[in-house]
Amino acid sequence: METATLEPTITKKGFKSEEYFINMGPQHPATHGVLRLLLTIDGEVIKKVEPDLGYIHRSIEKMCESNSYQQIVHLTDRLDYLSSHINNEAVCLCVENALELEVPERVKVIRTILGELTRIASHTLWWGVLGMDVGALTSYFYGFRDREMINDIFEETCGARLTMNYNIPGGLMEDIHPNFVKRVKEFIPHFRSKLPEYDRLLTGNIIFQKRTKGVGVLTKEDAINFGASGPVARASGHSCDVRKYHPYSALDKVNFTEILDTAGDSFARYRVRIAEMWESLDIIEQLIDNIPDGDHKVATNAVIKLPKGDFYQKVETARGEFGVYIISTGTKNPYRVKFRSPGLSNLSLLNHIAVGGKIGDLVATMATIDIVVPDIDR
Amino acid sequence: MTNEALQQTILSWFPDAEVPQPQFSEEGSQYLNVSIEANQLHELMQLLKNNPETHFDYLFCLTGVDYGKELGVVYHLESTMHRHILVVKVQTSDRENPIFESVQDLWATANYHEREVFDFFGIKFSNHPNLKRLFLSEDWEGYPLRKDYVDESNMVVK
Amino acid sequence: MNSISNIIDWFINTGVLNMAMIALIYLTVFAVLGLFLVLLERKVAAWFQLRIGPNRVGYLGLFQTIADALKLVSKELTGTVKADKFLYNLAPYFVIVTSLMALAVFPFTKDLQAFDINIGIFFLIAISSIGVIGILLGGWSSNNKFALIGAMRSGVQTVSYELSVGLSLLTMVILTGSLQLSEIIEVQKSGWLIVQGHIPAIIAFMIYMISGTAETNRAPFDMVEAESELGAGYHTEYSGMKFAYFFLAEFINMFIIAAIATTIFFGGWLSPFGITDSLPWMGLLWFLAKTFVLVFLMMWFRWTFPRLRVDQLLTLEWKYLLPINLVNLVLMAVIVWLNLTIQI
Repeated sequence: METATLEPTITKKGFKSEEYFINMGPQHPATHGVLRLLLTIDGEVIKKVEPDLGYIHRSIEKMCESNSYQQIVHLTDRLDYLSSHINNEAVCLCVENALELEVPERVKVIRTILGELTRIASHTLWWGVLGMDVGALTSYFYGFRDREMINDIFEETCGARLTMNYNIPGGLMEDIHPNFVKRVKEFIPHFRSKLPEYDRLLTGNIIFQKRTKGVGVLTKEDAINFGASGPVARASGHSCDVRKYHPYSALDKVNFTEILDTAGDSFARYRVRIAEMWESLDIIEQLIDNIPDGDHKVATNAVIKLPKGDFYQKVETARGEFGVYIISTGTKNPYRVKFRSPGLSNLSLLNHIAVGGKIGDLVATMATIDIVVPDIDR
Repeated sequence: MTNEALQQTILSWFPDAEVPQPQFSEEGSQYLNVSIEANQLHELMQLLKNNPETHFDYLFCLTGVDYGKELGVVYHLESTMHRHILVVKVQTSDRENPIFESVQDLWATANYHEREVFDFFGIKFSNHPNLKRLFLSEDWEGYPLRKDYVDESNMVVK
Repeated sequence: MNSISNIIDWFINTGVLNMAMIALIYLTVFAVLGLFLVLLERKVAAWFQLRIGPNRVGYLGLFQTIADALKLVSKELTGTVKADKFLYNLAPYFVIVTSLMALAVFPFTKDLQAFDINIGIFFLIAISSIGVIGILLGGWSSNNKFALIGAMRSGVQTVSYELSVGLSLLTMVILTGSLQLSEIIEVQKSGWLIVQGHIPAIIAFMIYMISGTAETNRAPFDMVEAESELGAGYHTEYSGMKFAYFFLAEFINMFIIAAIATTIFFGGWLSPFGITDSLPWMGLLWFLAKTFVLVFLMMWFRWTFPRLRVDQLLTLEWKYLLPINLVNLVLMAVIVWLNLTIQI
């Protein structure tokens, strides 16, 4: 990177205070992967944050151009790996819409249940890691304990714990496991009893509140302007839940409220995510007893050719609005695929809200923005 | 606002028949598409954002596209107030030095996304404060997402 | 020949040999104790975190930290090229030596005290603040910005919390009228000081535990090595045995803080209500039991609380603990003056 020369600034008392660079990452415990932040710091106070991206860029968009539509689905797991099921769903929905393919109700319901389970799994991991970032290591293990149950459900049904690959254009790869309904029903009361534990350990803690309240404040106008989405935007009062405005799968059949907060600080983002876990449990509960009978997929051609045109599908992942934009020329490969990742837009506002805070504030802010680096780097 | 109403509103901003008119299309897409000349892009975007009737305040996707002969950028806009969606497309046939006007002064999110497009397509954006590669290293040669990009060691072409 | 025997005589007469022997024993015992404190910490952490903890090396994992120490001894010592080599190498010894020195004055039982000086508490406070020099040196000489930030934080933190540690102990000295640790234990034969001094003593104890935790740079005051902010803080550039010294010192310091609290507030080696007065060696067990309860308390802090931010840390000290401490000091003086202490 370039080395800029910085003018020493004179403080009020006449001492010379010099700003300096510090390299946070690409290997740093708080950057959650291989994100590199170039910080300009004066003492402990952050003057500028400049992300340096691309350490795990795999050019997935270019790879898509030489793969068939069925194969693309598998690449999307590797974007936001904590929302892999929802990413798969986005591509499948996009292809199905383009083909004007109506999938069975059973598929829609199962996709929604799995999507919400994915959201809970992602949020529990986020919660654990947030605790670790603000210095309370114990929350990490509590979060992972509950995530493990969801992962077991996934493993039984999809055969994988992280990169599910369960969706295919036209439905699901296999039908759900006979134990699926039973295990999800066990999970719901279990997690309902564990969520108050989360509150006791972190939410109510005075140090945690001091660390997050009023830290990294994002206004509603800025949230919209920076293209923020997901819990980050909703904590600033920006109503942007794709599940509400552009419902997909079975989400138009369930009742749930979009969680909004107005404070816009790290604590608001925290509360929104905690409340979203409760909402996701409600959604799953409404659907789990009503999985309709029927096929788990509709037959598609072995070689899928999309009609000529542009197709866009947006879904709500655990991090925000994920979009798939496919330009097709009518061949078996897409002409151009663009993944609109929530992470890149959410990261772009980091400099805006972290400047003026301390290093500890930056860590808390970054943890509540909840970025997944492969999602940004694609 | 319906797509027809949007179309009428946008056309009313370009009454002069001399200049090229924005082209509308809904074919092969679920949204209304507007194609615009590069020199009118910023003007249109400004109106789209600031006009209270359209109020497109949310740029949710910014895509660079290599159409073969032309290079283009596709903007997906949504209004958080009216909840309508519009797709704005712009193209240029200049592959050596493609330049569009930056919209990062209207939507801050465009800052990073335009850098990404510059990184992969070599499309420059005038008035961009910090136009440098976002993902690739500074000394990377070529623009990988262009269709004519060749890299024999890293690419597997089927 | 004569001169050699003279030297030997001198050694024997002045007790230098005895001192060296005692020092060696202390060094061995407390190095091992430090290792087992690390193991205890890991077991306690595992218990808090729904885990089992180390359980492979030896029975119930008892030799885990011994194995870790052997690994650290055999590791290559890496360092930065542009480090200030002399200070960089000196820093770990500062930290470990000061914490071992402090152990000399503790009365573990009536007769087991290496060094009974009449300014015991003063000595402890003085010694415990030298350790920070080692941390500052380590952070400064590493030539690493993260280490430097960690070291500066440490300086700020220790200088601030030193005051609270000192003042809360001073509050108790009003009650005892002596700085000598053995004397303080004698006073407590008519009731532990936390009982004798009742309200102000309990306040002093709470302040002492908070600032004592801060003194040892442990969570929630682990700004110095805040791993999510600074990587590893001041010891980022240390490896192998030099790192182990820092690590060991942290745990011995924790023991020291707990041992001071045991001696000053909870009657040291005295058994509750004198139930084992007939067995003098039981005093050692009582001392260790009390100390480990307090050590456990500090571990409990660490595995429950998030970390404070550096400005909040200073606010807590200068705006809350220090004023409360000063008022408490006056309160204690009044109580002693009016003879309101509880004597059993």
